[in-house]
Amino acid sequence: MASLRAAWAVMTGADWSAAVHAVFRDKAIRQIGTVPDAGLTRLLELCTADNAMRVMTLTREDEGVGLVTGAWFGGERAALLMQSSGVGNVINALSLPSIMKAPCLMLVTMRGQWGEANSWQVPMGQATPGVLEAMGVTCYPVDRAEDVGEAVSAAADMAFKAGVPVAVLIGQRVIGSKAFEAGTDKTADSGEGAL
Amino acid sequence: MSELLTDNGRFDRRKLVAYLLKRRGEALMVGGLGAPTWDLAAADGDDRADGNDCNVYLWGGMGLACSIGLGLALAQPTRRVLVVTGDGEMMMGIGSLATAAAAAPGNLAILVLDNQAFGETGKQAGLTAGPTDIARMAEGAGIAAVMTLDAPGDLPALETLLFDEPGPVLAVAPIALTNDPLVLPTNNGAAMAARFRGALGLRD
Repeated sequence: MASLRAAWAVMTGADWSAAVHAVFRDKAIRQIGTVPDAGLTRLLELCTADNAMRVMTLTREDEGVGLVTGAWFGGERAALLMQSSGVGNVINALSLPSIMKAPCLMLVTMRGQWGEANSWQVPMGQATPGVLEAMGVTCYPVDRAEDVGEAVSAAADMAFKAGVPVAVLIGQRVIGSKAFEAGTDKTADSGEGAL
Repeated sequence: MSELLTDNGRFDRRKLVAYLLKRRGEALMVGGLGAPTWDLAAADGDDRADGNDCNVYLWGGMGLACSIGLGLALAQPTRRVLVVTGDGEMMMGIGSLATAAAAAPGNLAILVLDNQAFGETGKQAGLTAGPTDIARMAEGAGIAAVMTLDAPGDLPALETLLFDEPGPVLAVAPIALTNDPLVLPTNNGAAMAARFRGALGLRD
């Protein structure tokens, strides 16, 4: 029954992380660079447990653009997974896929957006699509969990077949906003979101 | 091998890179933004005037040479990958040494040409002119084997480190701050990438 429930969750999109992991397997993504985000927790766990993928924790998100470009030079597919605040760290690095006509698949979990309680997340979160588009990145914003897998599949096809940078922006409505409760030992989440 | 030294006792970058590239064999190379890319192009010598097919020449993306080398090394585990970059470029991406150390590709080597200055932009002093030591930062990041090239007598050990020892490894070579003739490989990134991938038999 448990596996049936899990399969149903994937089919209906309720478990978007499992859907994306299945897409990564299908598209032969071998290298994953990330500065983690709470919204990426389950997807990163699934990828880490998968022997076909190598998950690498980065110090800064721009390393990930170098990593995916180097992987492509060597014939492997790679992806960069980050929070929207990390998009601010990759701007100049995005020159690489642009100038080399190289694929650059990015998954961005959004903050500063739907029900955000932390004002510090708002400036970069609101600027994220504009910053990416200014650097020539095609953005696929997704606000429903059941659409995430399909969007990542389409983004991977575009990135790897057309040789362009593409970012899937996974909305805060999907990952859940977060409530900050003063006096508690940790922040309370309405979804998966965290700092 | 003291002919590789300049009058001030630091290594001549062009002579040093040309000397090391005689040992490259099947190695894939990544040249960091600026002078290291020109050094690789100058050392290519008998290859095409616009560069060697098995070299990645970076004209931008400062701080990313090591990360590109990491992705490439993991994707091509049977080929040695040698990143040649400068002290300023390495400092900008210094965190990528921790990433490389954790991923630990056995075929990745990094050579930092340290002239203690931003040679491409007006010779402003770099941080390694002060108390900063990239070799020790690499050790702290967890790079398996690290050396600083102190004298010509260390060259055999440098060659062994860069081309034979299990990676990831890093060497710092103190070089002189010189005015070298520009030797420019292609600046067409897409064409450079296509020919590099073509040399590896890759398509799409």
